[in-house]
Amino acid sequence: MLESILENYPYYLSTVLLAIGLWGMLAKRNLMKKLIGMTIFQVSIILLFISSSAKIGGTFPALLSQSGTPEPALYVNPLPHVLMLTAIVVMVATSGVALAILLTIYRRYHTLDETELLKRLQE
Amino acid sequence: MKWLSIILVGIFAAFLFYAEVDMPAYGDPEAPGSVHVSPEYIERTYEDTHTPNIVTSVLADYRGFDTLGETTVIFTAGLACYLLLGGWKRHDM
Amino acid sequence: MICRFNSLIVNIGCRIIVPFIFIYGLYVIVFGHYSAGGGFQGGIILAAGVILMRLCVDRKTTYKKYPPRMGLILGAIGVIIYASTGIVTMLAGGNYLDYAFLPIQGMDIPDRRYYGILIVELGVALGVFGVMTSIFDSLTKEK
Repeated sequence: MLESILENYPYYLSTVLLAIGLWGMLAKRNLMKKLIGMTIFQVSIILLFISSSAKIGGTFPALLSQSGTPEPALYVNPLPHVLMLTAIVVMVATSGVALAILLTIYRRYHTLDETELLKRLQE
Repeated sequence: MKWLSIILVGIFAAFLFYAEVDMPAYGDPEAPGSVHVSPEYIERTYEDTHTPNIVTSVLADYRGFDTLGETTVIFTAGLACYLLLGGWKRHDM
Repeated sequence: MICRFNSLIVNIGCRIIVPFIFIYGLYVIVFGHYSAGGGFQGGIILAAGVILMRLCVDRKTTYKKYPPRMGLILGAIGVIIYASTGIVTMLAGGNYLDYAFLPIQGMDIPDRRYYGILIVELGVALGVFGVMTSIFDSLTKEK
């Protein structure tokens, strides 16, 4: 297991980031900190996919010369890059809507703390 | 609550570490993700569409329908923000 | 949140930098065919230029130049450009979003797909630009 960690270190680092984001969503009481935890979680998934598309000796997937058939071992796998463009845009969209919801909650109840909010909801 | 969440996150991360032992080697050109469809995209992108950038041609031509769905997602998010927070008054515009 | 920043350096510096941000955003959109870039990246850079103007110069001036209700309208126009490219190719006889059937004269099929990708990326950039400025204007609106 140890040589697997030393060889495939990007996957393990993104799993550590995933655990940090998940802990932030569960354990913090302020709603804004939970939102930051969700952003860290989404970023770790993007890092995992992009690091799984690497090739030794490969370069960015844009053709270097426009003649002859290109060789697939020279270019990094382009499919995870394409999928992660969609994932980044979804991340921005959910952050925007979550911030709008937090603003409405603050204007109505004047607090963003979870336990305080539950008390004021029951009154 | 904090100790319970640390234990739960630790168990989840341990499961993920156990599953990642079987991942293909980092930087392997023969990894299963780079073998089936993506050599075809790399080889045929210049003769099908005269576009050197493979990421743009896959995003907008080979997988163009997914990009249409994603543009709808971002437009729906903007619409939801507008509906949650109210419109603009006459003197604002 | 948008109020006039009481510093001359910030105001003048912003007015000098913002045209370059717009030109760079347009460059990133159009050069998406040759190097890194494309519709999403260029649209976000254009929206960053508008947001910088909103932050550094006071509200009345920037709301006159680019009113907040234009955001969602531009976003909808971008999505309509994308969807109607597909309908045009369907009316010309092919499948939905099959750029080989676009009715442009005097070109062979790979060049038609090139221009199909360009039109679609312009639609995506317009959509992302409008929605980003609309989200920022909704979040910083006065009550």
